Amino acid sequence: MINTLTDKKTSNYYYYLLAGLFLFSISILDVVLYSFFKINLTNFLPDILSLFLPLIIGFVGLHLIRIEYSGIKSIDLINKNINTNNFNAFLTLLIIFAIVKATPPSLSWMIFDANISGDSKEACTGTGACWTYVKVWFRRFMYGMYPNDLHWRINTAFILVIGLGFFGFFLKDNLKKYLALYYVIIYPIIAFLVIYYLISGGSFGLVWVETGAWGGLSLTFIVSFFCLIFCFPLGMILALGRRSNLPMIRYISVGYIEFWRGVPLITVLFMSSVMFPMFLPEDFFMDKLVRVIIAITLFEGAYCAEAIRGGLQSLPRGQYDAAKSLGMGYWKMHIFVILPQALKLVIPGICNTFLALVKDTPLIFVVGLAEIAGMLALAKTNPKWLGFAMEGYIFAAIIFWIICYAMSKYSYNLENKYKTER
Amino acid sequence: MSEPIIKIENVNKWFGDFQVLKDINLDVGAKQKIVVCGPSGSGKSTLIRCINRLEEHQKGTIIVDGTELSENTKNIEQVRAEVGMVFQQFNLFPHLSILDNCTLAPIWVKKMPKKEAEELAMKQLTQVQISDQANKFPGQLSGGQQQRCAIARALCMQPKIMLFDEPTSALDPEMIKEVLDAMVNLAKGGMTMIVVTHEMGFAKEVADEVIFMDEGMIIEKAETKEFFANPKSDRTKLFLSQIL
Repeated sequence: MINTLTDKKTSNYYYYLLAGLFLFSISILDVVLYSFFKINLTNFLPDILSLFLPLIIGFVGLHLIRIEYSGIKSIDLINKNINTNNFNAFLTLLIIFAIVKATPPSLSWMIFDANISGDSKEACTGTGACWTYVKVWFRRFMYGMYPNDLHWRINTAFILVIGLGFFGFFLKDNLKKYLALYYVIIYPIIAFLVIYYLISGGSFGLVWVETGAWGGLSLTFIVSFFCLIFCFPLGMILALGRRSNLPMIRYISVGYIEFWRGVPLITVLFMSSVMFPMFLPEDFFMDKLVRVIIAITLFEGAYCAEAIRGGLQSLPRGQYDAAKSLGMGYWKMHIFVILPQALKLVIPGICNTFLALVKDTPLIFVVGLAEIAGMLALAKTNPKWLGFAMEGYIFAAIIFWIICYAMSKYSYNLENKYKTER
Repeated sequence: MSEPIIKIENVNKWFGDFQVLKDINLDVGAKQKIVVCGPSGSGKSTLIRCINRLEEHQKGTIIVDGTELSENTKNIEQVRAEVGMVFQQFNLFPHLSILDNCTLAPIWVKKMPKKEAEELAMKQLTQVQISDQANKFPGQLSGGQQQRCAIARALCMQPKIMLFDEPTSALDPEMIKEVLDAMVNLAKGGMTMIVVTHEMGFAKEVADEVIFMDEGMIIEKAETKEFFANPKSDRTKLFLSQIL
């Protein structure tokens, strides 16, 4: 046996390969059996050895697989990507084992031992997660303290706003030139009115619901939505301002950007609720939700500006020259030549800023507004439901992940759609 | 010579401490074709970029078609709309099709109706023989085709003067001819042209006058035949001996 393995003849390569695959499979099988079914094949060995045996066997197996080019596509792919040398083979094994070992406990906690039936804490008898908690609190996580029988108002408002958002895609060709105008000015105003009249109520026979009662995921959406559509134009203006030839405008833009980038968002939010009202006349009242939206917009606008500035700077100077030589003034040059190209380049950067913005919204908790993470924080202190923070946070994490993943997918789509050859 | 369409008087320009243009005086008459040559760094590109104020001059006056170039933005835009420019690096707008590249400025600067602008653009594109590429994007065209499109784009503004800033320097040798042909055609059509180039064949064929610049000064200015037959200054002789 030893002889055949050390003798490097072509006919032996398949023995290497088969032996390698066999050893590798044994090692994986051992770990799988142990972590899924608690069957320990190597019971008879001393503890330490039985722990490391799969690692050693797998390592030798991978080494044998790697010895020679096999001509089998899938195996060569493995060799090329995760089995290039001893060190990589070792890391590969460790990662595979870690995944295999971690799967059964997390699966059983999340699914097999979990409870979802019933509607009180007592229904959770299993050792796993208590999804009953999420189920019972689901409406609160979605709508906050908004009265239950009025949830249709939030739903209707969102459907209307989303519908209006798609409206732009179906504009007739001769109206297409107003598209930017629609999205930058008209759409935000309509969306604001829809949300104000439907969700706030107070007129048209709808009951007034104060913003303090708003909350949950719907509040996350409202805050993110308005901040996103306002901070983008603001960032654009600031980015242009920072590159302006007029010193006053440049200094103001630089000052603005550096100021807002230099302060933490949480202090900005505190200021918006504590300091800001002091500067306003006594009889002037501004809702705290509006204040928060303005604060986040001003804050994220500075980040947007820097992302957009990166795009403006990466355009070759020749584009400016060409536009100027055709007699275009500052605004025409930027609107038709510079911005369309620069904004394409900054889609990844802008997406980054927007994702950060969405994930920053939980901070509005500091001024007493409870969006989804805030609702969780409230729910976990409810005496009837103590001890289920984990389930809640996993639920919120999944929701945030879905939102952010959708946004990033959309940004990839935009990137591909507007790709131009240089 | 009739009343000059471009008058450059005592123009000086500095980049920081470095003086790029020193007391330039130049008159260009309508329909004149002038070739500017000289070693790199001699200020020839800067000079023609000053004519449509892509660069500012710090001293002296430049008058283009009766309008003096100054801080006045209105004047500058008016001059730029009358002066077409073709660049070494083509500088087409990569996000627009060839046709849109040509119609953008006429529509938005000259307020020409879209249909009329498209007809004009197709006419100009036919002149430079790329009308069949009209719906492609710049990235899909060869260098020579891009440069011809850039010429058509400038012509769509119906300029009185055309400036060429080393239009063939970034091209493969076999594409130079197609661009030069387009320029020769343009010259025969009676356009006022100022061309910065090292293509001496083109200069001999088209130019009325050749200007030799070095170190920010006009060293020699002479009629084309005279310039090539007996250049006066030693610097010019040396340059010509190296380039021809």
